[in-house]
Order: sequence, then C-alpha cells, then structure tokens
Amino acid sequence: MIDVEQLRKEFPILSTEVNGHALIYFDNAATNQKPKVVVDALQEYYDGYNSNVHRGAHTLADKATKAFEETRTLLQEFINAGKSEEVILTKGTTEGINLVAQTYGRMVLNEGDIVLVSTMEHHSNIVPWQLIAKEKGASVLPIPVSEEGEIIFEEYEKLLSEKVKIVAVNHASNALGTINPVEDIIQKAHAIGAKVLIDGAQSAAHLTVDVQAMDCDFFVTSAHKMFGPTGMGFLYGKEELLNAMPPFLGGGEMIKEVSFEGTTFNELPYKFEAGTPNIADTIAFGVAVQFINKWGKENIAAHEKALLDYATEKLKKEVPTAKIYGEAQNKVSVLSFVIENIHNYDIGMMLDARGIAVRTGHHCTQPLMARYGLEGTVRASFSAYNTFEEVDKFIEGLVRIVKMFG
Amino acid sequence: MAVMTKNIEEIQNEIIDEFDLLDGDRESTIFYIMELGQDLPAIDESDKVDENIIKGCQSKVWLTTDFVDGHVIFNADSNTDITKGLISLLIRVLNNRTPQEIINADLFFFDKIGMNGVIGSQRSNGFASMIKQMKFYALAYSAKS
Repeated sequence: MIDVEQLRKEFPILSTEVNGHALIYFDNAATNQKPKVVVDALQEYYDGYNSNVHRGAHTLADKATKAFEETRTLLQEFINAGKSEEVILTKGTTEGINLVAQTYGRMVLNEGDIVLVSTMEHHSNIVPWQLIAKEKGASVLPIPVSEEGEIIFEEYEKLLSEKVKIVAVNHASNALGTINPVEDIIQKAHAIGAKVLIDGAQSAAHLTVDVQAMDCDFFVTSAHKMFGPTGMGFLYGKEELLNAMPPFLGGGEMIKEVSFEGTTFNELPYKFEAGTPNIADTIAFGVAVQFINKWGKENIAAHEKALLDYATEKLKKEVPTAKIYGEAQNKVSVLSFVIENIHNYDIGMMLDARGIAVRTGHHCTQPLMARYGLEGTVRASFSAYNTFEEVDKFIEGLVRIVKMFG
Repeated sequence: MAVMTKNIEEIQNEIIDEFDLLDGDRESTIFYIMELGQDLPAIDESDKVDENIIKGCQSKVWLTTDFVDGHVIFNADSNTDITKGLISLLIRVLNNRTPQEIINADLFFFDKIGMNGVIGSQRSNGFASMIKQMKFYALAYSAKS
C-alpha cells in the first residue's frame, strides 16, 4: 500500500487552506494536483536549458531535444506501444480526438456511414465526430447505457454493421466512473472492420493501459489528469494508420521539403506535430509519468479503490436521501450522486465553504444526464493523495447540509 | 397598494446589517441565503417557461412581473436555493416600486455584504443579469405608463 502521508508531502497545494479550512481536493477527475517535481521540471527547463527542439546545432538545443524525446519514450513504455513513433504529442485528449476525426475520420467516412459512441461519452468524444460526420453526410449514433451505468453490450452488438467505420468510447467514464470493457468492444468492432478510438482521459492515471494487448487503434489522454501540466497530452495510433492518415495541422516541423510545386511531409511522429511544440510541458509530463511509475500505478489504484468503496458505503449509510449514479461493477474512483431536495450547485458551494472541492453540474456529459433525467450531479473523485479522514469530513459535511436543507 | 415604509436605500442598509451579524463566515452566509431562498414563495409551474428565464444565469431563474397601480410586482423562482435566496434579496429591495424608482436604483448592498467573494464570479454575473432583467421590465412598464 501507498504511504499516503509521505506521498502528500510531494504536493505543496495539499497543505494550503481554502476558506479557512484545510483543502480537501476531491475534483481529481477534472484535474489532479501537481507534485513539486513536475513544477520544478518546468522551471529547470526555462532557467537551465530553454531552447527549441530538433533543429539547433548547439548544446542547449540538444539537451532540450533529449529531454523532450525522453517523454515520448516514457509514454511509449507507459502504454506499452510498439514504437515511440506511434506516440504523438498533443494539447490533450480533446485535440487528440479532433486530430483523429479530422484526419482518419475525413479519410474513411462517406455518406451514410456511422460513428458509434456511447451515451456516457464526454462532449469531447461526441462533438468532434459530429463535426466531421456532418461534413461527410455520416451520422454519430449512441450506444445505450444501463441504469447502473454500463454499456449495454447486446445493444452495441446490434448497432454494429458494415456502415460503422469508427467506434469511439471512453476507457472510464468521467461522470459515472464506469470502467468499460474496451477489449471486448474493440474485438467486436474489428470483426466488422471498424477502427476504435479509446478516450483514456480518466484511465491513464488509474488503470493499467496496454495498447497492444487492448488492440485499440487510437488511444488519447491528457497530462493534467496524470499529475502533469495542463494543455498537454498524447495520441497513440497504430503506425500503419498514422502513416495512411493525412496531416492535421500544417507548418514547421511536420514537413520534409516545401516548394511551391508541392510539399512533402515528415515521418512519424513529426508529421502530426506542426510548429514549435510545448517543450516545457512535454518535459514536465515525462516527470509526471516517472512520478506515477515511482509510486506504482497498481498501488495508486488500490488506494483509490479503497477510498471509493469506503466513501460509497458511508454515503449510502449516512445520507439515505443520496442517490448514486454509476453503480457499475468496475469503477475508477468517481462517486457521482444527487441528494433529494438540494440542488447539486448548492451542495458544491456549501462544501466549498468547508474547503472541500467537488465538481457539480453535467460534467460535459449532457446526453448522459438526459439519459437519467438529471440536470447534474455532485461528483467526488479521489486520487492517490486523498485520505479516509478527508472522506469522513466530506460525509460529515453532507450530513450537516442534509440536516439543514434536506 | 400599501404605502412603502422604507425606501430602497433603507432596505439595502437593513440587509447589510443582517449580513453583518454573520460576521463574514462563509458557511453561515451561504446557509442564510439558502434559508431566504427556501422562504421565497414558489411561482406557478405554468410560469416556469423559457420566456420567463433570465439569460446569463448558470442555474435556471424564472422571473414574472405584474404592474399594479403604477408599481412593479416581481415573482421569481429557481431550481437552486442559493439562486432563489439571491433573487429574494433583489425582490425585497425592488418589489412594489414605481418603474422610475427601479430604474434609478443604486444597488450597493451586494458589494457591501461581500457577496462576490462568497458566490464566485459566475454566480455574480448571474446576479447582474437578474438586476438587468428587473430593470428592463421597469423600463418597459415606464414606457407604458
């Protein structure tokens, strides 16, 4: 098990106060906090070896390039990709999905074709597909989810046809916590010739990701949900697909030769990395990956699961007017609920007054909220640095709120 | 109509005094606003329609008006108690006033009770939208009268 007290020391923000109370940060599914080593890496780069990558013939440029490319290698190992060229650095999950939609989607979608997504997708795994589908005369159809918050597999199988060219689902749901059976989903999609994108925004820091074992065609995630900086992420794609896809953005770095007669494009991964990249955050992302590796993803996951189970049981017992949304068998550490007669915004504000940060609202999953007839929920999401005592305070806060307003 | 015993400024000062008793405690302040919200009479379900929604609020706020003897009567509701509490304060200050009084009202109590810091910028923007909408109705009635 993790030594949580020791781990917490790595995060300066965890010893701060909010509204006169020690911060209890339960909004980790939105973004998690950054250990000092990650923030230090940013400063060390700018103070010590700030330089453009891949082109300079000087020492600093070489040092920056090595540090930058080391992150790619770390990410490759982190998800067990076959080659580091299959790792494309992006601004985050959203950009990764848009990249695939605008390149692979543009290449394969024709009139009448279908992109399947699940009802529990984040808007960022719906809207990019809608944009390209509209342009191509294709459609985006939802795979239904059950009352418990699981993909209804038989419904998914019924939706599969030769018209389905792309299936895009999350590995874990940001609103419900459900871990989806991605291997089975991928296998079924491949059987009809469709390619699969896995949105790993909620899984990369919590679940073991092996893209080769999973056999996904694309995997996207964000650094800021993995103790890394914001505005940073990566896309994994199978080499043969990435090679076949047209470029996404044009500019420097992504070209081989430019002339007015015609331009040729760079090799992978640079073909998809136009312009000077986000060097500092890429380097810091690598440090965040090393941080996860150091503490051990399995240890982190075990602690988060224990927190989730504890909080779930305690909420059910001590707040009987709470209704939990997302009771799937396999969940990441997301506890989403509503309380009778009290609006989720009001609960969020009252908790905030005690220094407890949760997310409220629709969590960028309006179709899912509509599925349950909800405007939104309160969402507590746990990370490795959270404690059972914090869960106690959170539940105490809720009990007090219910006593006064429930 | 009953004659108003207190003017807009006096009512605002009364509110400021009430919030002073809470001593700037954030939780007590939010609880108090929620209680005010729960005390605000609900409007008819039939009035909870899109054309009565105040745009610019994060939560749903419905505002209806009547014009009686040259005075504007406001009724409002929301799906959240905090928002209801906030609009109940505005109703307390602006209800049953002439359109001109409402249009000219200098609403200083919100800043004085430090509400911006408590409810955050998004809800403060929503609060500004409520005031704008109330003044807009007053303007419409003043043109009629």
